[in-house]
Amino acid sequence: MDTLSQLPATTVATNGAVPQPQKGKALIKTQGLTRTFKSRKGTVEAVRGVDLEVRQGEIFGFLGPNGAGKTTTMRILTTLMPASGGTATVCGFDLRRDLGKVRRQIGYVSQSGGAEPAETGRENLLLQGRIYGMNSKEARQRAAELIARLDMDAFADRLVKTYSGGQKRRLDVALGIMHRPELLFLDEPTTGLDPQSRARIWDEVRALHAQGMTIFLTTHYMDEADGLCNRLAIIDHGQIVSQGSPETLKQEIAGDIISLGLDTQSDAVARVTGQLRDRPFVREIQPTAEGLQLYVSQGETVLPEVLRTLDADHIAIRTVTLARPTLDDVFLRRTGRSLRESNGNA
Amino acid sequence: MKVLRDSWLMFKSQFNVSRRNPVWLFIGMFQPICYLLLFAPLLKNLVGMPGFPRGGAYNIFTPGLMVMMAIFGVGFAGFGIIGRLRSGFIERMRVTPVSRLAMILGTLGVDICLFLVQLVLLVGVGLLLGFRPDPGGLALLALLLILSGMAMACFSYALALLFKDESGLAASINLVVLPLLLLSGTMLPLSFAPETLRNIAKANPFAYAVDASRALVAGNPGDSSVVKAFVILGVLAIITTFWATRSMRQAAM
Repeated sequence: MDTLSQLPATTVATNGAVPQPQKGKALIKTQGLTRTFKSRKGTVEAVRGVDLEVRQGEIFGFLGPNGAGKTTTMRILTTLMPASGGTATVCGFDLRRDLGKVRRQIGYVSQSGGAEPAETGRENLLLQGRIYGMNSKEARQRAAELIARLDMDAFADRLVKTYSGGQKRRLDVALGIMHRPELLFLDEPTTGLDPQSRARIWDEVRALHAQGMTIFLTTHYMDEADGLCNRLAIIDHGQIVSQGSPETLKQEIAGDIISLGLDTQSDAVARVTGQLRDRPFVREIQPTAEGLQLYVSQGETVLPEVLRTLDADHIAIRTVTLARPTLDDVFLRRTGRSLRESNGNA
Repeated sequence: MKVLRDSWLMFKSQFNVSRRNPVWLFIGMFQPICYLLLFAPLLKNLVGMPGFPRGGAYNIFTPGLMVMMAIFGVGFAGFGIIGRLRSGFIERMRVTPVSRLAMILGTLGVDICLFLVQLVLLVGVGLLLGFRPDPGGLALLALLLILSGMAMACFSYALALLFKDESGLAASINLVVLPLLLLSGTMLPLSFAPETLRNIAKANPFAYAVDASRALVAGNPGDSSVVKAFVILGVLAIITTFWATRSMRQAAM
């Protein structure tokens, strides 16, 4: 790996003899990406130096609360907005110089979708296909294929304004993949959908991934990032606070979390802290409203020992839970706030 | 050519939208027909007064109304753009390689077609009432009106892309449209106006269109006002088309 990275980049790119790394080529690569907006109150830095790498074949999740800079970053990557600073390549093309080439390679499904409400789903699909250069026969075939695949036969020839939220979302996805893009951007694909429609979109994303499409999605749902993505980046206040696979990120939260419910009126909290602070398996102790949270390695093994120790000291324990860390714990640890709270306030 | 192909695709899509909501066709018609039926008869008594152009009341008033339709009716064409900004359609298109000029030209094509249908209806009503245009002049006038409509529609698109909401567009268009109309000589010939008003009207491109439209209807295509109007409105149509295209390129909701 070290020797490879020391080679001049051009050698790797042009010399066919150099084997491609197993992980696949980078479809998105940004360095120091920034975007500032000027408003009457002054300048707002929406994106403040984002470095991202998304490789071919990944479902990459971009997780963060509302207003964190997710959508702005995505709008830069999809050519809708120029960056204020930094560099970015998408599908191998520079975003500043080769907008047209980038546009041919990518598909984009925005939050609002963008189907014309006064046309039918099929008419929307045909227009999309023709715009990417298909002739009308090709466009008709591809539209029929997608209508069958996404189960849209029942409503494909009705006007889009009559669609339910879930039906519309299926059409939006179909529009995004009509021209078989190499890289698909999904901006909050399941926001506002009922659980069934969400599951359906997730299945479709997995199916597209299985066919080799690379997917970049933004979300503020942790379960979506956790269950759907191979790799993710957490963004807050315009900066990436963590990047990696969901498992790696969760491992940053030193193992497991033991939550102890204690009598917070007494000195129990202080005594437990005193007892456990110096144990080798305890990585961190954080007080909570109900008592304490212990960040430990191998929670199942150490839990009995914790209980024995506290029992020997006659400390009354009201409740005990052992939990694996969630992405929300990662977010909490990195930003000092819960993702749920952040979304609630936004 | 890609621009032509894309324009045709965008035209078909926009045509579907307008075809399914024909109420706009009649809203645009309502005002000029009202003027023709309820205002033109008042002019009859002015015919022959000093300063009133030669020709019958309907031959003077109908061409003015046609220009008025270009200003008023087409001026609100930008509402279609707002709808498509709202639905996210324009944003979706801006991620595709579709030509931005074609996005404007496709929509423009439909709005001009609507405008022409309205013109035909207006001329039909006018003929029943006593409008007697020179046929060749009327054909040339149609061309001049297309240029006027293009300029007004693209102006409206650009404002729509600038304000991005109905109230901003309505307010700004109203602000522009009423003085344009009053200073065009549509309602009463500018020959009645005091000199200051006439001088201000010289800055109004549609005043030239109204002058030329009367000359064309009267069968004087060689009149100097005709060449002037074609040049002024042609240039204006080109400038506004580029302005609207540039706004489309940068449009962000």
